[in-house]
Amino acid sequence: MAGICVVAHALDGTLGRSSLELVGAARALDAGLGLGMAAALLGHGSHLAEATDVLQHHGVTAIYRVDHPLLTAGQTDAALAALESIFQRAAPQVVLVSADTVGRELAPRLAHRMAAALVTEAVELGVEDGVITARRQVYGGRAIATLVVTKRPAVLSVKPRALDVPEPKPATATIEDVAVAIDAGALPTRVREVLREQADVGLEDAQIVIGGGRGMGGPDGFKLLEELAALLDGAVGASRPPADAGWVPISWQIGQTGKTIRPALYIAVGISGATQHIAGASGARTIVAINHDPEAPIFSMAHLGIAGDYREVVPALIAKVKELKGR
Amino acid sequence: MDIIVCLKQVVDPELPVRDFAIDPSTKRQVRDGRPLVISTYDENALEVALQLKDAGGARVTALTLGPQSALGDAVRLALAMGADEAVVVDDPRGPDLLGIEKVGILAAAVRRVGRFDLVLCGCESADWVERAVPPLLAEAIGAACVTFATRVEAADGGLLVRRMADDGFHQVEARLPAVVAIASDEGNRPRLPKVKDIVAAKRKPVQTWPVGDLGVPSVGEGALGVEVREVVVPQRTARCEFVEGEPAEQASALLRRLQDLKLL
Repeated sequence: MAGICVVAHALDGTLGRSSLELVGAARALDAGLGLGMAAALLGHGSHLAEATDVLQHHGVTAIYRVDHPLLTAGQTDAALAALESIFQRAAPQVVLVSADTVGRELAPRLAHRMAAALVTEAVELGVEDGVITARRQVYGGRAIATLVVTKRPAVLSVKPRALDVPEPKPATATIEDVAVAIDAGALPTRVREVLREQADVGLEDAQIVIGGGRGMGGPDGFKLLEELAALLDGAVGASRPPADAGWVPISWQIGQTGKTIRPALYIAVGISGATQHIAGASGARTIVAINHDPEAPIFSMAHLGIAGDYREVVPALIAKVKELKGR
Repeated sequence: MDIIVCLKQVVDPELPVRDFAIDPSTKRQVRDGRPLVISTYDENALEVALQLKDAGGARVTALTLGPQSALGDAVRLALAMGADEAVVVDDPRGPDLLGIEKVGILAAAVRRVGRFDLVLCGCESADWVERAVPPLLAEAIGAACVTFATRVEAADGGLLVRRMADDGFHQVEARLPAVVAIASDEGNRPRLPKVKDIVAAKRKPVQTWPVGDLGVPSVGEGALGVEVREVVVPQRTARCEFVEGEPAEQASALLRRLQDLKLL
C-alpha cells in the first residue's frame, strides 16, 4: 500500500512533463515521510504502455492504471471517475496533482470527495518533522505563503514547471490494471472538440524569452520582437493585455493565468510589470526591461534597464546582434 | 436562465509596492485604507452573465461575501453594469477565508437565492489565487464544473463552453446546473456602465444576510487541515542598472553587459 499517489495522466496522448515533475516531488516527500509512492496512470490505448515505461524509468514502483476510451484530452469528469475507483483500492494519504487544464479542476473536486486537506498551485513542497509544508505565490506573486498540511488525506496541486524533472532512477513497478465503468451519458461535461493553437514556440523551455506588453501598441510591434528572438534563438511571449486584445495567441501569455517561464534571460518590452505578469516571469535568472516610463514597476524587478522607446531600442538591438553574429 | 455571479472584493492588485503590506497577525494583506476593487476575473464573469442575459434573457444575481461595513463600490458597480439584484453575505472574515472554509457559506447562499441554472465565478482571485472555489462550489451544490472558460453560450438545454487549455482550447458541453469559472479574453471585457445605469442601480434590490443566518458551522482548523504558517514579501535583491545613451549606444552597452554575464 503506497501512501503517496501521483496522478499521472496521458490524456493528451503522452505522459506530460508535469507528471514527471510530480514523480520528483513524490520521491522527495517519500524520503521524508517513508509512506511509499505510487502513480495513478490514466489514458487510453497503446501509449499507456509507453507512459508506464517512463514512470518506471523514473523510480515509480507501483502503478494503478486505467485504460478507457473516455480518458482523452480535457475529460475531467472521466478522469475524476477513474481516480475515485483507484483511490477506493489504494487509499492514498497524499495525492499529488499537476495544476494543468485538467488538474486545476480535479484537485479541489478530489479533495471535496475525499474530505481531504487541499493546497493548490504549490511551487515548492517539503517535509518538516513528518509534516508536509507547501509554498505558493499569493497576491500576484508579491508574497509567498508557507502552508503546513496538518491532516491526511491531503490533495496537493503543483504549478506546472515550478519543479524540475527528476533524474532517471530505473525501477520495476507492480502494475495493477483497474477496471472502471464510466457511463458516458452520465458525465456532466464532455469535450466536444480540441482546438490546438499554432505549435508552441517553446516558450517554457527557451533559455532566452522576449516578452511584449501593452506598450507594444498593437500586433506589429511583436514582429520586431520575433525578429530579435530569432536572432537570439529565443522565444516570444506576452503579458495579459496583448493576449486579451488578440495581438498574439493566448498561448504566448506569461503570467499568473498564463505560462510560467524560467529562462536564463528575460527581456520585457513595453511591459509595465503588473503583478499578474510578474508571477509568471519572476523565475527568470536575469531580467532586462525596456520601457518608455522609467518609473514603471517592471524596473523594480529588472537587473538591467533601458528607459526608452522600444521602436528605437529594439531595431538598434537587432542591428547590433546581427553585427555580433556576423549576419 | 437564472445566473448567480460570485464577486470578491479585493485590495487593488495594482496597488503601488510601497502600499503593499502583510499583517503578521492575520497573515493576510493589510486592507485598511487601501482601494478595493472587484477581483480581476470576477468582472469578466459578470460580463459573461450579462451577455447571456442580452442574448436570451436571464436574471443575474450578484453574490458577494465580505464585511458589509467595508463593501465599497463593488455591489453598486455590479448593479450598474446590469445585474438585476445583489446579495451580500456579511462576514467580516470573508475575504481571508481559504477556499475550503468559504465554500460551505457560498453553497448555502446559492441555495438560499434558490433559483440558479448557472453560477459564474472568476477563474482565480487576485489575492490568494487558489483557483479552488469554483470546483469546490460545483461539488458542494452538485453542479457540473468547467474552469478557465472564456466564452459561454446556451446550447441544447445546456452550455457550450470554450475553455483555455495548455495548448489551445477545448469546446466543452456542460449540463445545467453548472459552475463555470471565467478567464479573460477580448470577448468578455467588462462593460462600462452609463450614467443612467448608475442612477437606475440605486433602485435595484440589495439583500444583506448576516453569515450566522445561513447556519453553516465554521470549519475548524483540524478539519481544514491546512495552516498558514507565514506570508512573506520576498526581498528583491535586484537593483536595476540603467543603460544610458542614444538607442544605438544603449543597444551596444546592453549586449556587452549580457555577454559579460555569459547570457549571449
